[in-house]
Amino acid sequence: MTSFVGERLRARAARFGGFSTVCAAVSLIGALGCGRGPTGEGGSSGAVITIDGSSTVYPISEAVAEEFQSKNAGSRVTVGRSGTGGGFQKLCRGEIAIAGASRPITAAEIEACRRANVEWIELPVAYDGLAVVVNPQNTWATSITVAELKRMWEPEAQARVMRWSQVREGWPDEPLRLFGAGVDSGTYDYFTKAIVGREHASRGDYTSSEDDNVLVQGIAGDRLAIGFFGLAYYEENRSRLRVVPVDDGDASNGAGPITPSQDTVSRGTYQPLARPIFVYVRKAALASDAALARFVEFYVQNAGRLAPETGYVPLPARAYELAAARLRARTTGSLFSGGSQIGVTIEQLLAREAR
Amino acid sequence: MNGAGKNEPDGTPTHDPGKAPTNDPSSASRRRRHVAFVALALGATVLPLAVLAMLLGGVTLDGLGRIGWDFLTSYPSRRAARAGILPGLVGSISLISLTAALAVPIGVGAAVYLEEYGKRTRIARIIELNIANLAGVPSVIYGLLGLGVFVRTLGMGRSLLAGACTLALLVLPIVIVASREALKNVPDSTREACLALGSTRWQAIRQVVLPMAFPEILTGVILAVSRAIGETAPLVVIGALAYVTFLPDGVLAPFTTLPIQIFDWVSRPQQSFAVNAAAGIVVLMGTLLALNGVAIGLRARLQRRKA
Repeated sequence: MTSFVGERLRARAARFGGFSTVCAAVSLIGALGCGRGPTGEGGSSGAVITIDGSSTVYPISEAVAEEFQSKNAGSRVTVGRSGTGGGFQKLCRGEIAIAGASRPITAAEIEACRRANVEWIELPVAYDGLAVVVNPQNTWATSITVAELKRMWEPEAQARVMRWSQVREGWPDEPLRLFGAGVDSGTYDYFTKAIVGREHASRGDYTSSEDDNVLVQGIAGDRLAIGFFGLAYYEENRSRLRVVPVDDGDASNGAGPITPSQDTVSRGTYQPLARPIFVYVRKAALASDAALARFVEFYVQNAGRLAPETGYVPLPARAYELAAARLRARTTGSLFSGGSQIGVTIEQLLAREAR
Repeated sequence: MNGAGKNEPDGTPTHDPGKAPTNDPSSASRRRRHVAFVALALGATVLPLAVLAMLLGGVTLDGLGRIGWDFLTSYPSRRAARAGILPGLVGSISLISLTAALAVPIGVGAAVYLEEYGKRTRIARIIELNIANLAGVPSVIYGLLGLGVFVRTLGMGRSLLAGACTLALLVLPIVIVASREALKNVPDSTREACLALGSTRWQAIRQVVLPMAFPEILTGVILAVSRAIGETAPLVVIGALAYVTFLPDGVLAPFTTLPIQIFDWVSRPQQSFAVNAAAGIVVLMGTLLALNGVAIGLRARLQRRKA
């Protein structure tokens, strides 16, 4: 009996020992990982091209990665979507080669990169239009001015501007229900800067969601609603929504209210609710990794073609040429020293620098 | 945990301590209350099931047509019709297997220590309280911990291993609590019998107590795996990817998972991606069912052997 128990015990111990060996092996592999950097800094052809950052830029990066890999067999591109802020953090820590951004890099982020001795190249890749949208049963709001949008959305409007009639005389004396992007999103930052004038300043009593599809549902189901979100979400839901042309009161970029479309956003007449989106590339990685350099070049050359497929608006051809020149010259630094610039096209900014 | 079966109302009038036993009127009202309670309990069971059936039915209707061999074996794409779920599927299965391999030995070990060896000191009580509290910590906090400790300090990078370690921490409290319950349910007389036969404490635990508790421990593992497989937030924080077109070739490879892929598709403007998301959800549920099926099968086998 005892010997039998002992026998079984030994057999089990042996099995258990096998298991702990596996465990030890797993942790050993983990420990070995310490020595190697987490990203493909090596520059060999087998290295992985790592992209992370804004979820807004993600669909374009995905499309470019897909095209690039289909044309360059064996190349490996990965794309994450941890947000613009998270992307910059990873870029400045040297964890990724490319960060997608739905807004320009901030002063604090520039400083963090500088302290870590990471230089980067800023490349605009497309425009994202923000559409102002109402329910199809809304017959009165046939156009809206930036001043009226400000009256609706500024912090002072909270609990005060509650009816359509308060926005423009003649509009019905009925409740005004606002829908918009959540306060953590780059979309919110841009909208408040463009409409209210100060980044991150707006009333708080509106229905917010980080998911634009939720906003689409909300506005499609409420006759008295008005809201804003990415142009692509309007274009995919044309039958359920009506877009409101926006008048910025500046005749130099097209007089009167302008309806957002691929054309008006691209030519810069739909202002101020069209924003450029970017990728930021780590300069040191470009030098050490030939595949990455080819990929970024491919990105700038093809973003214009792939942007409409993913719901975005291409930059003018001239802007892509200027961006490619910027990449070839390895020009570091940002075109936007003071945050988002409203009412200036990306082409003008690039041209200003090229001069 | 499994005490619910003992006090099921069975209709036979039993002694009610709140009232003195009297004749007809009380008996009739007791019967009425009994019927009302059964109806309530039935409603409480049917309502969630109906909601679940509606959700699953809706998702299945939306997504089933999209599921095919192509969908399961393709990589993600900007064209919804060509996009597939292969990296997410392989990523989720490898991540969960690795998570279970890490969490189960550690969790069961901790439970054995706390239940069988540890003395009932104040420190032990503090540890117990903390384990219970950890079970309620939002998962994104574990993600931040994983990012700081596993991804950066330990240098695992944005790898399967880092993800599995993070999820293992996340489910560890569930495994520990369930394992302790299981060990508690093994009668002390069994342990005493072992010791009386001359076995050491470890022999008693290894050969008698753990095998007896194992089926119930597996229940805890099933709960843990079900929680871990649906997690998105901590994995996004530690840097799991959304677009990968190659499969993980080791524990240090970058990866994506089914929930991350579904989340990405849901947030797209195009309706065709919403269909993909529904199909992805069906695949996720199928995977979960398959994984739990293995555990349930194992449990049934062990219970049969025990009996």
